[in-house]
Amino acid sequence: MSGHHPEPMSEVEARARALESLLYEKGLLTPSAVDAVVNAFEHEIGPLNGAKVVARAWVDPEYRARLQSNAAAAIAELGFAGTQGEHMVAVENTPEVHNVVVCTLCSCYPWPVLGLPPKWYKDLAYRSRVVLEPRAVLKEFGTELPDEVDVRVWDSSAEIRYLVIPERPAGTEDMTEEQLAGLVTRDSMIGVAPALVPDRR
Amino acid sequence: MEPTLVINDMTEAADAPPRSNGELVFEAPWQGRVFGIAVALQERQAIGWNDFRDRLVQAITEGETGGEAYYESWLKALDSILVDSDHIDAAELEQRTHDYLNGERDEIF
Repeated sequence: MSGHHPEPMSEVEARARALESLLYEKGLLTPSAVDAVVNAFEHEIGPLNGAKVVARAWVDPEYRARLQSNAAAAIAELGFAGTQGEHMVAVENTPEVHNVVVCTLCSCYPWPVLGLPPKWYKDLAYRSRVVLEPRAVLKEFGTELPDEVDVRVWDSSAEIRYLVIPERPAGTEDMTEEQLAGLVTRDSMIGVAPALVPDRR
Repeated sequence: MEPTLVINDMTEAADAPPRSNGELVFEAPWQGRVFGIAVALQERQAIGWNDFRDRLVQAITEGETGGEAYYESWLKALDSILVDSDHIDAAELEQRTHDYLNGERDEIF
C-alpha cells in the first residue's frame, strides 16, 4: 500500500509517524531496515513454512524425532529461523492427545513458522476462554473431540513458542511431501483444527 | 461445513484480500511500520525483547478496558521503552506528533 492519505491522520497514526521520523533522525534505525521487516512478514514469512515442517515430520521419522528433541534446530534445517523462533517446542497430536496453543498475556507466536497471528489469536476472548474451556472453544472452530481425548493447552511465553504437529490424515499414504504440506493449515498448527482431508475425486 | 463461531470476529473478514492460508497481515500501513520498528530495534539490540514484551502485556491489559486496538498497544510499548531508555525525548515526540496532526509535517516512510 502507498503512503498516500486522502483523509486526515488519526492521533495514533500521527504518533507512529512521529516516532518513526525521530528514530531515523537520531540514527537509531534506517527506513530500509524497517522496510525489510515489513516486507518479509507481508510476503515471505507465513504458515507455509510451518506446513513444510509438518509435512517433513509426517514423511520422515528421523526428522520427526529431531523436531521433538530440538524443534528450533530441526526447523532451522529447512531454513526457517529468526525472531520469536529461538526457543521452539513441537507438540504432537495423537489419537489420545490434542494440543492447542495460546498466549494468555499478549500474542507470543512462532513467527518464523507461522508468520503473524490471526486476529482472533490476539483477542481477549480466545486468550482467556481457551484455557478455561478448551473443548467449547475448539467446538466453535468446528473441532469436536471425543471425551477420552486429553486436551492440552500450551501457554506461550517470552521464552517458549509452540508448534502443533497435527495428525496426518488417513488416506494420504500416496501423497508427496509437497502435496501433504497443502493439507497443513495455519489453524491446524495452532491446534484449533485438524489438518485438511484430501479431496476425493 | 462451516463451524458456528461464537467468539466475536473469529472468522476472517469476508472482504480481506484473498490469501491461501491467512489474513491481511496489517490493517493499515502505520501498523506495519510500528511492528517493523519494534523488530528492527530488537534485531539491533537497541531494545530488549523481554522488556518490550512486558510493556506490551501491560499496554494490552490496559487497552482491553480502554478499547484500544492491538497495534496501539505496540506503539505504547515502543513509546515507553524508547523514552525510558533515553533514546527518544517525550516532549520532542509530543511536538512531532502535533506537527503531523497539523499537517506541518507529512513525510511518510
